Amino acid sequence: MDAPQQQDASAGVPGAAAGMEAILIRDLWKIYTRKKGMSVSSSDVENEELVEELDKGEDAVVAMKNVSLEIRQGETFIIMGLSGSGKSTLIRCLLRLVEPTSGDIIINGENVTAMNRRQLVNFRREKIAMVFQHYGLLPHRTVLQNVTFGLKLRGDEKEGRKEKAADALEKVGLKGWEKYYPASLSGGMRQRVGIARALVMDAPILLMDEPFSGLDPLIRRELQDEMIHLQKVMHKTIFFVTHDLSEALRMGDRMAIMKKGEIVQVGSPDEVIANPADDYVSRFVSDEREHMRRAEEVLAKNRAGKEGTPHVS
Amino acid sequence: MFPEMFRYHVAGPVNDFINNLIEAYGPVFDSISHGILSFLLGVNSVLSFIPWWAYIAVVFLLSWYSSKKLIASVVLASLPFVIGMFGLWAMAIESLSVIITAVLMALIIGLPLGVLMAELKPVAAVLRPVLDGMQTMPSFVYLIPAMMLFGLGKVPAVLATLIYALPPVIRLTALGLNQVPKPVEEAALAYGATRWQLLKEVRLPLAMPSILAGVNQTTMMALAMVVISSMIGARGLGQEVLLSINRIDVGRGFEAGMSVVFLAIVIDRLTQNMAKRWEPPKR
Ligand SMILES: Nc1ncnc2c1ncn2[C@@H]1O[C@H](COP(=O)(O)OP(=O)(O)O)[C@@H](O)[C@H]1O
Ligand SMILES: [Mg+2]
Repeated sequence: MDAPQQQDASAGVPGAAAGMEAILIRDLWKIYTRKKGMSVSSSDVENEELVEELDKGEDAVVAMKNVSLEIRQGETFIIMGLSGSGKSTLIRCLLRLVEPTSGDIIINGENVTAMNRRQLVNFRREKIAMVFQHYGLLPHRTVLQNVTFGLKLRGDEKEGRKEKAADALEKVGLKGWEKYYPASLSGGMRQRVGIARALVMDAPILLMDEPFSGLDPLIRRELQDEMIHLQKVMHKTIFFVTHDLSEALRMGDRMAIMKKGEIVQVGSPDEVIANPADDYVSRFVSDEREHMRRAEEVLAKNRAGKEGTPHVS
Repeated sequence: MFPEMFRYHVAGPVNDFINNLIEAYGPVFDSISHGILSFLLGVNSVLSFIPWWAYIAVVFLLSWYSSKKLIASVVLASLPFVIGMFGLWAMAIESLSVIITAVLMALIIGLPLGVLMAELKPVAAVLRPVLDGMQTMPSFVYLIPAMMLFGLGKVPAVLATLIYALPPVIRLTALGLNQVPKPVEEAALAYGATRWQLLKEVRLPLAMPSILAGVNQTTMMALAMVVISSMIGARGLGQEVLLSINRIDVGRGFEAGMSVVFLAIVIDRLTQNMAKRWEPPKR
């Protein structure tokens, strides 16, 4: 098994008060079982032969292997990888929509993996909000009701709910759409509702699972820019999943690359581009380099053209 | 000829079993019987108290309100009028009381069972074959246990109707709950919904069209029992049909039969329109 390549030396000491990590993931495993009555215990993951056997077999999927990450306060951390590499599994484990098979998740000092049901519900209501690729909006509720949904679940006052929702809708540019139903909105607008629903919770941590992957490129770009803009004032900790390197480069402070359930490289986007850890990463990167090279060529040509014929207009 | 030596009867033991049951739990059956009967009589007196024109007005208004189609609403509202013209109004009300009582009981039992079936796998595993059995069994068969325990009259008619009409509402409630899109459920959980909140705020509202389709089917099945349950002494339109058959009075049978059909059409339209109103809005 290839060890994750930790290029960043400045990672803080776990638990240190000042530089306390927003999210600390330690040795996280997820093995899905498909056969009835079959279960994998947390100690099973230490048995390498067993894991290998499960990985080969049909009855189980080893979706996440020994993932350890440290995400700092206020950074946008990107998880990137091909489809099926376990990104969604990882992000869902952070609020235990998927139960990890083994390992620990510590978020702002709280051990999420040890929480009981009640604690988990409160944690989801207060500390963390998620945006989904397929929006997950309630079709029978208006835009406004969708945005206030989380507030209602946790029992906020009705008046305050409306105020907060109006504020969030304004932030995502959906003022005036309160009374519409999701079915009448475009994909981009639905995702804006999804983002407003997350922002309104005022949670310090935002999880985003390929939030823009289903949108067409122009809208995607627009929403990326808005997200970057919002983040400049929000300073939330954002855990962002994508399979698109250019999105990762635009949005991310740091990124981790995932392959078949393992983290193969962690670093800033620049570091990853400059030093891809293995073939898998360099394949991602070479595509992106190709884009950049061509963009530069075009620009250079353009510039040369302008210099050559200065009076054409 | 089937050889005599293999002959074996269960009729005796079954009769003994029922007799013992009634002996041991007689008061229980009596109080069940009494409860159903007083509920039925209550429904009947309310329905009889409402003047005939109010039915026609309500049918018209409900239909107009939900469909906004004038001609269709007028036609629908004229059906109960025709039943009155045939002189079968009182009988229709009598049948309607049995149907409404049975359907209300079916909902009281069926909706929670449907929810349990969707929420708990073991419940589904037990219920599914039972429901299959209930639906494939010829409806006459239901008369037997109902009659065995409650004799002749309205109460066994309600019970037979109830048992026959119960499966669709259970099945379609469970189906509707299971068809709620996973991403929507997941989002609700991610925002801290408890299991109860998930059910109340997300799954039940989204399952509502399916649940109401179940209510509609249950009502239709209850109507289908009208004639059959009159064989064990339920009065109403069914009795009229039976009498006409016995007397080979085709015309009278036709009137009674048409009245049952009209009743079915009216109830079907109204419940279907109700179901449509619960579809998630398109705008
Ligand atoms: N509920 C599940 N049951 C079984 N296997 C699953 C389940 N969810 C995901 N998987 C499998 O786990 C692997 C990782 O999936 P996922 O985390 O969705 O990857 P990604 O989001 O990177 O595309 C895939 O092979 C997928 O088929
Ligand atoms: Mg995914």
